[in-house]
Amino acid sequence: MDKVFLVIQREYLAKVKKKSFLLATLLTPLIFPTIMGVFLWIAIGDASDLQVKMIEVVDENDFFYVESSDTYAFSISKVTKEEGKEMVQQGERHGFLYIPKMDLGSPSGIQYYGGSNPSMSLITSLEGSIKRRIEEYKLMQQGIDPSILAGVRTPVSIQTLIVQDSGQETTTDATLNYGLGFLTGILIYIFIFVYGNQVMQGVIEEKSSRIIEILVSSLKPFQLMLGKIIGIGAVGLTQFLIWIILISGLSVVVMGYFGMQMPQQTAMELMNPDLTQIPDFGEFSPILEALQGVDFVQLVVVFMFYFLGGFMLYGAFFAAIGAAVDTPGDAQQFMFPVTIPLLIAYMGLFIFVLDDPDSNVSFWLSIIPFTSPIAMMGRVSFGVPIQELLLSMSLLVAGFLSTTWLAGKIYRIGILIHGSKVGYKTLWRWLRSSS
Amino acid sequence: MSILSILQLHKYYGEQAALEDISLDIPEGKIFGLLGPNGAGKTTLIRIVNQIIAQDSGEIRFDNEPLERYHISKIGYLPEERGLYKKMTVYDQLIYFARIKGISSREARSKVNYWLDKLSVGAWRDKKIEELSKGMAQKVQFIATVIHGPKLLILDEPFSGFDPVNAALIRDEILEIKESGVTIMLSTHRMDSVEQLCDHVALINKSKLLLHGAIDAVKATHDERVFEVVLEAWSLDFPESWRVVKSSNLVTIWVAQDRMSANEVLSGVMKYGEVKSFGILRPSIEEIFIKQVKASDHG
Repeated sequence: MDKVFLVIQREYLAKVKKKSFLLATLLTPLIFPTIMGVFLWIAIGDASDLQVKMIEVVDENDFFYVESSDTYAFSISKVTKEEGKEMVQQGERHGFLYIPKMDLGSPSGIQYYGGSNPSMSLITSLEGSIKRRIEEYKLMQQGIDPSILAGVRTPVSIQTLIVQDSGQETTTDATLNYGLGFLTGILIYIFIFVYGNQVMQGVIEEKSSRIIEILVSSLKPFQLMLGKIIGIGAVGLTQFLIWIILISGLSVVVMGYFGMQMPQQTAMELMNPDLTQIPDFGEFSPILEALQGVDFVQLVVVFMFYFLGGFMLYGAFFAAIGAAVDTPGDAQQFMFPVTIPLLIAYMGLFIFVLDDPDSNVSFWLSIIPFTSPIAMMGRVSFGVPIQELLLSMSLLVAGFLSTTWLAGKIYRIGILIHGSKVGYKTLWRWLRSSS
Repeated sequence: MSILSILQLHKYYGEQAALEDISLDIPEGKIFGLLGPNGAGKTTLIRIVNQIIAQDSGEIRFDNEPLERYHISKIGYLPEERGLYKKMTVYDQLIYFARIKGISSREARSKVNYWLDKLSVGAWRDKKIEELSKGMAQKVQFIATVIHGPKLLILDEPFSGFDPVNAALIRDEILEIKESGVTIMLSTHRMDSVEQLCDHVALINKSKLLLHGAIDAVKATHDERVFEVVLEAWSLDFPESWRVVKSSNLVTIWVAQDRMSANEVLSGVMKYGEVKSFGILRPSIEEIFIKQVKASDHG
């Protein structure tokens, strides 16, 4: 087995020593904030040097009014429908809203004419304005003054707590759990693709450069494949650990910075998760409190397990694909069976798991090994019964052992075959061959 | 004493036979030439000996033991199509290849240094393979093959890709390695190197073994001697059984020995011109092989 270790060591060092690894590791955590920053910057720029767009409004009922905003100004007039359309056509107006004579009980027939596709936010705000006006009118008819109604509206937010078996109460926050599940699930999805691809590229390199002949005359193909997958998985884990260190380091710095602006004692309390009495931080207070309730150690451990398990499961497929083809271009045809389950897991994460982590679909998605690495991350932050977690984990282990075994059969034959077109039929024959 | 004995080896790819009933003995401490046209089955045989693929039937014995996985540490293999990790340095790469052959890391370091100096590649030790010239990369590949001190060296087309100077360097290395008692099995198309280097040869064509044995014995059994006559001819109207090899103002003719004696040939050719040289020509290995391959293709 020290030969497998040698392969792991080579793969690991070859990747980690590269400058691109260092760059990717340091820059990736900055990419998302940067992209968001750029969007914000463009949006702000948009808003500041924007010309107000004029929209002509014709209301046959003489009843509605639409409030102008920074972006849109509305001019209410008495032009005919045809004239209004022509104004849009001539470019004098950005759009034209036509409200026909109608029964306010069941409004219909409202039309918007635009020179281009109107933005969703514009239509939503137009609909909102009209709806509000009708509602006010109906309230008035019932004898209720809208200003009284406005005074009655009171914002309420519920603090959610989980009572544990021990009787201890911890604060949770659905938004926070959603965010954590979202982030970790996506991260695993991306990791599997990025590192799986590296496994495939590595196999293709060894195959096409014929290094493989020397290698398999020295060690078994299966040892080579296993070493490569584990080695590259270790690179991914290293990258992840560096991120954790970076992020927690950064948090301490940020916390320290804000800490200087608040009384010493509250800062101390904030840094100390044992003290659940949090001073008033306005609306952030429940999230901060919930943040302290999250078991980050558990989250990180589970994440690493599912990353490694999922990567090993799919990495074996990527290795087999690399062995079956001569160039990365040929690999495209075999990517389908790998991409589909990952996509199902990804879609499932958004549609089912994050929406209702305890539903039946969520349960199965997080148990089946092909989807569990991504789907389970969506459930973990909400809390998963330990027996379900163990079931899912052991199935994942069984899953990657069997995919590795299957992939090994394809790999062993594929790496020595050059220049012949390989299809699914050929793969099936290799899978069934025993020698 | 043979280091490698191959007994009734068969290998099929589906319906297609790659090797049929191959039996060979490779004597220890000699250079064994494996010859044959492209697609004859040489690479298949070499891959089976290297345990990259398995035979369908037949036995291979290494050093009088059935060939097993652990024997790979005693075999060095230079594949026909060379390959090294392009992004890895010369030094790291050689250490890696030595280590996966089972050499301890301390021994690997000292051996790598020894060979880098010996083939004067030392100055390139920290360069990546992609920065090296082709010839230099070939040298590194050769070192990777011999680094673990194998008892049997299998070289598939060892001279391809080398310029004449470096080819000579590698040839000298091969001879020196042989002197130290290592057996070398080489497959090559270059017949001149076969005659210079090999003690034993085997010829494979269309998955079958055509002939094998010590090079002198092979030559002796296939010795269809011919007379070579060079003459300044005044008539070109030779008998049909004479083969005109070269024709300028000096004509070279080959006459098969079984038809006439030396005196008869000499008196015969004298009628056609002034004899400049007369001698007996022994066939080269190349001629024997081309003849054998053609005979088996037609048979």
